[in-house]
Amino acid sequence: MTISHTRIARFGALVAASVSLLTACSADTDTPEANHGPAAESVTISDAWVKAADEGMSAAFGELHNSGESDVTVVSATTAAADMIELHETVENETGAMIMREIEGGFVIPASGALALEPGADHIMLMGLTGALAAGQEISFTLTFSDDSVYEFTAPVKDYAGANETYEDHSDHAAETEAE
Amino acid sequence: MATARNGHSRGTLRTNRRHFLLGGALAGIGATTAIGAEYALGSRQQQTSDSAPPALNGGNTVPFFGHHQAGIATDAQAYATLLALDVRDEVDRDGLRRMMLILTDDAARLTQGQSALADAEPELAVAPARLTVTFGFGPHFVEIAQAEAPGWLRPLPSFGVDRLDPAFSDGDLLIQIAADDPLTVAHTTRMILKDARSFTSVRWTQSGFRRAHGTVKPGTTMRNLFGQVDGTSNPVPGTHDFDRVVWNTDGWLAGGTGAVVRRISMNLDKWDRLDRGGKEQSVGRYLSNGAPLTSSPVGDAAEFDEPDFAATSRAGFPVIPEFSHIVRARSEREEERIFRRAYNYDDRPVDDAISNSGLLFVSFQADVDAQFVPIQDRLDQLDLLNEWTTPVGSAVFAVPPGCSDGGYIGETILG
Repeated sequence: MTISHTRIARFGALVAASVSLLTACSADTDTPEANHGPAAESVTISDAWVKAADEGMSAAFGELHNSGESDVTVVSATTAAADMIELHETVENETGAMIMREIEGGFVIPASGALALEPGADHIMLMGLTGALAAGQEISFTLTFSDDSVYEFTAPVKDYAGANETYEDHSDHAAETEAE
Repeated sequence: MATARNGHSRGTLRTNRRHFLLGGALAGIGATTAIGAEYALGSRQQQTSDSAPPALNGGNTVPFFGHHQAGIATDAQAYATLLALDVRDEVDRDGLRRMMLILTDDAARLTQGQSALADAEPELAVAPARLTVTFGFGPHFVEIAQAEAPGWLRPLPSFGVDRLDPAFSDGDLLIQIAADDPLTVAHTTRMILKDARSFTSVRWTQSGFRRAHGTVKPGTTMRNLFGQVDGTSNPVPGTHDFDRVVWNTDGWLAGGTGAVVRRISMNLDKWDRLDRGGKEQSVGRYLSNGAPLTSSPVGDAAEFDEPDFAATSRAGFPVIPEFSHIVRARSEREEERIFRRAYNYDDRPVDDAISNSGLLFVSFQADVDAQFVPIQDRLDQLDLLNEWTTPVGSAVFAVPPGCSDGGYIGETILG
């Protein structure tokens, strides 16, 4: 792989990220029309990974890409690794602190764009882990879109010290994920 | 429903193990990596506005995937850190496999200038500067993997000159991280150790250096801290000779090699007391250009002249003394040859000394017992250079072959 190739690929990513931001700022977040084909056919994920954890909670990250001409919406996710999954966003609460909470309406991946799932931003939240997530394991996920089509991917588990976010104070999960 | 099935199967096809093991063109795409790209692009734009854009060495890459691991035949980079890790007691064969999957993915990405997955400092990954990451397995690693170790995969025999410190000896997993930029080496070391931490503990780390990139012509034989040209008689990568000396051809090690790492303390204060003639006689080469004492001390080309061990002085003594390093290191047996890829070290002095310097000796050879040990045996028995050098660390590793995109280092014993 040459450097120029790498730079071109990166440039593409940069443009994609910019497009993502621009689209996210626009008001148009309609779900795709049926005549554009199932959402799952235009979606891929790259650089997916899951934070290692012994028990309790964890989170999955990666970059969702939409090659289609319409926005697509992820409405839910499932995995055998956790009893419950929520799609989370980061927002500022009334005290000015950044908190994580379930996103209303799901993740919107803009047409010909991308959505980054990252620590401190949007992410897939795993609650009630069914077993330890050990580094190097591969975890399968299934995303369901607003048109009921589904997309399956696997993500490796990695040790990661960050992603210890504060969540909205619900009774059903603690204020912070476990660091290890 | 039909659409869901379609989406399902398509997704499964398009998102497989390859994404983990360096996901092709899409790898490295992410907002965090894009920040790094801005830097890279910014510097590039700056370049194009200049009339004569400087070629930035930071963008140079060495391919990661291949039949052999990189970092062996690769023209030695300016900086290297060697890590020896011990596998934690509870880690089994599957644990080793999971670890090597992750470390391979880290290495595959970082060597190509892409941040690792979950890289906390992705901006440090954008200038690989010929980064290579090379893995070697110690005896205990191979035992846990339930594979058959080559007979030579064990500590070297004890030599009389050795003063070995366990703090610089042995280990289960060797990782050689080398690049032409020290910040790249540091970031890669940090990333690799973070991902190895749940499987291993650090046994030792040793760092070394050569001339910085661009200081001397590429391919120039290195100088050690005695000022000697060190490594003249090395086989040349890309030749049949090199292939025969370095690459193993047996079983799971086919395409791999054996690595010997020796920390050799060099007593610079004692060396200073020797006059120039004595220094040159101890090795059998001129300090000026590394040429044998039977050749000329002038001109770069003379370095590679064959020494004439039969030549005598007017007084009748050999021009190249029988006790000199090049006489003692050389064997008439063709198989007793090795490929050296050493680095200098210059660490913090201890006690009242002003130097703590030496050579981080690294050699690669297909069979350590058949190639390295006989040479060291002869040097142990007699080598004038022993007056000023002391081996203080020693380790032997089996370096597995490389892998292809989609595979991982170690798959020939862990797969």
